[in-house]
Amino acid sequence: MSDTSPPAGSSSPPGYYHHHDLGRFGEIARGAPGLAEKFFDYYGAVFAEGALTVREKSLIALAVAHTVQCPYCIDAYSKDALEKGSNLDEMTEAVHVAAAIRGGASLVHGVQMLNHVDDLGM
Amino acid sequence: MSRVLPTLAKTQAPLASATAQRRLLRQVPVARRFDQALADADLFPLTTGPIEVLQLNLGKRCNQTCAHCHVDAGPDRAEVMPRAVLEASLAFLERSGIPTVDITGGAPELHPDFRELVIRAAGLGRRVMHRCNLTAILLPNYADIPWLLADHTVEVVASLPYFQARETDQQRGAGVFEESLEGLRRLNRLGYGRGGELVLNLVTNPVGTFLPGDQRALEARWKQQMLARYGIVFDRLFTITNMPISRFLDFLEQHGRTEEYLARLVAAFNPAAAAGVMCHTTLSVGWDGALYDCDFNQMLELPVTGAAGTIFEAAREALEGRSIVTGPHCYGCTAGAGSSCGGAIA
Repeated sequence: MSDTSPPAGSSSPPGYYHHHDLGRFGEIARGAPGLAEKFFDYYGAVFAEGALTVREKSLIALAVAHTVQCPYCIDAYSKDALEKGSNLDEMTEAVHVAAAIRGGASLVHGVQMLNHVDDLGM
Repeated sequence: MSRVLPTLAKTQAPLASATAQRRLLRQVPVARRFDQALADADLFPLTTGPIEVLQLNLGKRCNQTCAHCHVDAGPDRAEVMPRAVLEASLAFLERSGIPTVDITGGAPELHPDFRELVIRAAGLGRRVMHRCNLTAILLPNYADIPWLLADHTVEVVASLPYFQARETDQQRGAGVFEESLEGLRRLNRLGYGRGGELVLNLVTNPVGTFLPGDQRALEARWKQQMLARYGIVFDRLFTITNMPISRFLDFLEQHGRTEEYLARLVAAFNPAAAAGVMCHTTLSVGWDGALYDCDFNQMLELPVTGAAGTIFEAAREALEGRSIVTGPHCYGCTAGAGSSCGGAIA
């Protein structure tokens, strides 16, 4: 993540995102600390080994990070996926899954368009 | 990456000098000094216990020039352990009763007396470990080495950063992955890595500036992948953190990432890993006979303190209980689950 440039496609002003701010995530507990505690406990539990492996969860997180276009999450889960032993092919396929769902979500709304076209047509 | 590159020493790069490396590491701002991190964990000062491993570095000669190599080893390096040092090491091994000898380099099998060292160390009844890059044993004059290792039940610890060519070759040189597979197949054919007495352990280190993941989880996946893709089996997978020394430090500097990497290591400081670092039980011997707490201190030219400085006058009792020489690089062994020549610690 650049310290000076906004992420591509972002409407945020330059310098809005700073990679070192990711390390300050815990400071969110300055307000409503009880909620932060519940959130981080939950977060930790979600990413623990379960029916899915921690590596699989990391790849899901990477895909979702791209869908929500969160620079912090992309940074965090690019590194995390590598640390969990994933490789560039797997990580790229995960991003394509995100892209396919996101693109498909637009395209499938074309059916709504068709419905309206049919309603309005002769 | 090309198959073989000139070493830092050959190109007379500034970081070929251990002094320059130490100076650079000292100048990198860190959140707290390593000794302070130890003190905060009630682990200061680090001292050695009984020596369990005598690690012999036979020199800097290697047939590869891996991008992360903390030794700056390569074909253009001339440093090899002289015969007198090798004899003194074997004599110390015999009189000290240290149970394990760990042979490293460079590619240690390129040393002219490697075979004799293996035979004599095994003859002393010691556990012998050989750190193998998997490609030197394919060279015409060294193709007998796997048989020698098997005949003397030498434990093979083989480097392989990843189970694919792209990542491995990126770090170790073009074509190294395919050759490494051939080396592994030869070892497997001799019975290595099949859960018996011929132990074949793999070592993976990150291809980049991130930390290694959970060793147990990675081992399970590697076993499945290596078998399914290549029909190769092995016993254990060890994860090792890249050390900010020599060529990896040079890489960090070239990319302006030294401070970021050190910060990552410092943030991941794990007292449990620090409590189990390998230098507690290791004595490292340099190619010239000088003594160190570990191979990393050896490359930074940080010799042992308060005891005999060379293998010629080494006495086990005088070396046990010594204070361990530490520095910012030590964060590499204490980050996350920790890192040692035997993999994760905590």
